[in-house]
Amino acid sequence: MSTTTMNATHSHDDHGPLKGWRRWLYSTNHKDIGTMYLIFALIMLFLGGASAMAIRAELMYPGLQLLDPDLYNNIVTNHALVMIFGAVMPAAAGLANWMIPLMIGAPDMALPRMNNLSFWILPAAALMLILSFVVPFFPGGGSQINTGWTLYPPLSLKVGMSMDFLIFTIHLLGVSSVLASINIIVTIFNMRAPGMTVWKMPMFVWAWLVTAFLLILIVPVLAGGVTMLLFDRHFGTSFFDAAGGGDPVLFQHLFWFFGHPEVYVLLLPSIGVLSQVIPAFSRKPLFGWNSMIGAMIFLASLGMVVWAHHQYTIGMSSAAVNYFMIGTILISIPVGLMKFNFIATMWRGSMTFETPMLFAISIVIMFVFGGLTGVMLAIVPADMQYHDSMFVVAHFHYVLLPGAVMALFAGVLYWLPKWTGNMYNEKLGKWFFWTSLIGFNGTFFVQHFLGLAGMPRRIVDYSIQFAEFNFISSISAFVYGLSHLIFLYLVITTIKGIGTTKAKPRSWEGAQGLEWEVESPAPFHTWEKAPKIDKEGHYVK
Amino acid sequence: MSSAQNNYFIPEPSKWPIIAMLSILLLLLGSALSFNDVSVGNYMIVFGFALLAYMFHGWFSEVIGESLSGKYGEQEDNSFRQGMFWFIASEFFFFLCFFGSLYYLREIAVGWLSGEGYLAATQEFLYPAFEGAAAAWPTAGPELVGGAFESMGPTGVPLINTALLLTSGVTLTIAHHALKKENNSGLVLWMWATIALGLTFVGFQAYEYIHAYGELNLTLGTGVYGSTFYILTGFHGFHVVMGSIMLIVIALRSAKRHFTPKHHFAFEAVAWYWHFVDVVWLGLFIFVYWL
Repeated sequence: MSTTTMNATHSHDDHGPLKGWRRWLYSTNHKDIGTMYLIFALIMLFLGGASAMAIRAELMYPGLQLLDPDLYNNIVTNHALVMIFGAVMPAAAGLANWMIPLMIGAPDMALPRMNNLSFWILPAAALMLILSFVVPFFPGGGSQINTGWTLYPPLSLKVGMSMDFLIFTIHLLGVSSVLASINIIVTIFNMRAPGMTVWKMPMFVWAWLVTAFLLILIVPVLAGGVTMLLFDRHFGTSFFDAAGGGDPVLFQHLFWFFGHPEVYVLLLPSIGVLSQVIPAFSRKPLFGWNSMIGAMIFLASLGMVVWAHHQYTIGMSSAAVNYFMIGTILISIPVGLMKFNFIATMWRGSMTFETPMLFAISIVIMFVFGGLTGVMLAIVPADMQYHDSMFVVAHFHYVLLPGAVMALFAGVLYWLPKWTGNMYNEKLGKWFFWTSLIGFNGTFFVQHFLGLAGMPRRIVDYSIQFAEFNFISSISAFVYGLSHLIFLYLVITTIKGIGTTKAKPRSWEGAQGLEWEVESPAPFHTWEKAPKIDKEGHYVK
Repeated sequence: MSSAQNNYFIPEPSKWPIIAMLSILLLLLGSALSFNDVSVGNYMIVFGFALLAYMFHGWFSEVIGESLSGKYGEQEDNSFRQGMFWFIASEFFFFLCFFGSLYYLREIAVGWLSGEGYLAATQEFLYPAFEGAAAAWPTAGPELVGGAFESMGPTGVPLINTALLLTSGVTLTIAHHALKKENNSGLVLWMWATIALGLTFVGFQAYEYIHAYGELNLTLGTGVYGSTFYILTGFHGFHVVMGSIMLIVIALRSAKRHFTPKHHFAFEAVAWYWHFVDVVWLGLFIFVYWL
């Protein structure tokens, strides 16, 4: 460290990027770390996408074609974990890293070295996750993971050493998430430019603040739960074994105490993205600013106390079941409020329909579908019928793909000019949007019918009467999967500047916020001198 | 908001995070292999620990160097404080997981499995043998996993340990007051007193484990009672050991006069951590030993 070369008036030690691989390995720059998060997420998206394609290929026709049942179960488990922990959360964290310091006028994240650590734990976790998938194919590697991402005992106690790799993967991911969340909270509380009060912060920053709190509260509980699983597997404890006085259902409670709020961890950053995108392309401020914050806090708090609606069939007392049902149905209030605010923002706005906005509008519509089936699933007697059917699969893909993945695409396209200095090719963007929209709905809409007709989920084979809808679903899934190659091509051409136009600092006519006051592409260091902000929260030149 | 915004210290690119990642990866990968009797895992654990120690030494030396050369102003200090606070909050929820599990197993699961109230059918269908001694806490289940055992009472060693930890909280506060009054010899003295109390606690805890294994037949494998007892006291004991190491580092740094009355974040961070460990122990004493 050059502690002696310190400049008296300027305590930045860090002046420009290092050369070569050291730039990325040793980085303390929020933009480089954000970029690494996003690239990692994209790689994981394609890995998780490949497993989804394998699942749909197997389910295209009844009977066993491509995968044996063990491998199918292994892939189903892997698909969920890779997508949730590898793709969606890192992508959202990448947006946070890139945009939060730019949006609040901070020179970087509050704890830059820890920021680097929270990213670099992810590739380690990915390595462990991939090992958990491939180890059973080596001699002495034990059985494949067949539990699904929920890892319920007693099944997860019987799996071979793969399960230990998976447990430690979850520990690693947990450490990464908690460190990143601490960094985000501290950055938001301590690094805002003078005049950027919490009540003037962009909604994306607010959304991440709520998300980071949620993560700090729930991730340690999952870490504790899988630690107990590890002890039951190797050290003779009886937490989840009724013969020793324990209870397998305990793990379900611990898992879903994490798992349900996790849904909002995936959703809230996307609500933040939509809160930036929709006003920008409607050329109006966000409608119901305060109510949006209230809705997010309400959603996060309520989300922490309704976890057992994933477990209606375990034989809880009817008082407990009723409580969880009512709590779950209440969730539709804050979500409805958010949707109302988005629609009211568009109302009489002078709207244009660039790709991020197209995504935003379709998300508002499709997320309502997912929300409505969510209310159906929340109702206990109905859920007893839908439980573990394809209806559940349709429901959560309608929530998570529009609510998390597509909104992240909207965010990436919205901020891509700021990152690369180039406007992406709008024609390619529109192609990506329409193919993915059609592919997505074709894949998952028919799964509602399959589930209602009684097709169970997570099963490699199915009865002959489900064949047509499964065929439609699989063909659409391939369209949906391939549409992401358009996105990949779009991103690469934008970075390379092939067939693109140069982006202005304010890349979109209606875009508001401090991030549009710096050049495009954003220089390596921004806001080394804090921006001036007036009483309305606007930038003063 | 501080007006020093644009002077916020951004460290140079650093190799320590990547070394930290490698050490954690080695430790966990090694553990996964070692638990499954793949002997190369043991070497990975040893090497991982060595790398972890090297990383902590290097990273903290760098940070201490930056702190002593005056690179940390009020705003940086504030970042560290808030970061530590939320780290402790996450630790709190980690322990809450185990306390919650204890509550669930003891107050809910045992009752349901033994067919309490209107749940007679639950017991009949799921586990008819779940009755009698199995249904009353402390339990090792219907199959008495781990054999007959005696449970751990609150008197004796646990009570002494409570007194030790509470006293150590007081001595640490006295040390803090000495630091604020620039009484360096008092600071160092009371730091070592705190450490002595902490280490005595660890010693008693070890004695208690030996007693439990040898005389009470209370082991980690003693059904759900042994499981919850050891995971709660074990993770707490681990945190006390970590806290003691942190206190020793702070005591050595105090002797080198690293801290000033206005600028001593590291001291306060460790003090918060120690008080947090204290509070967890009070929870343990009440819910694990006493009730």
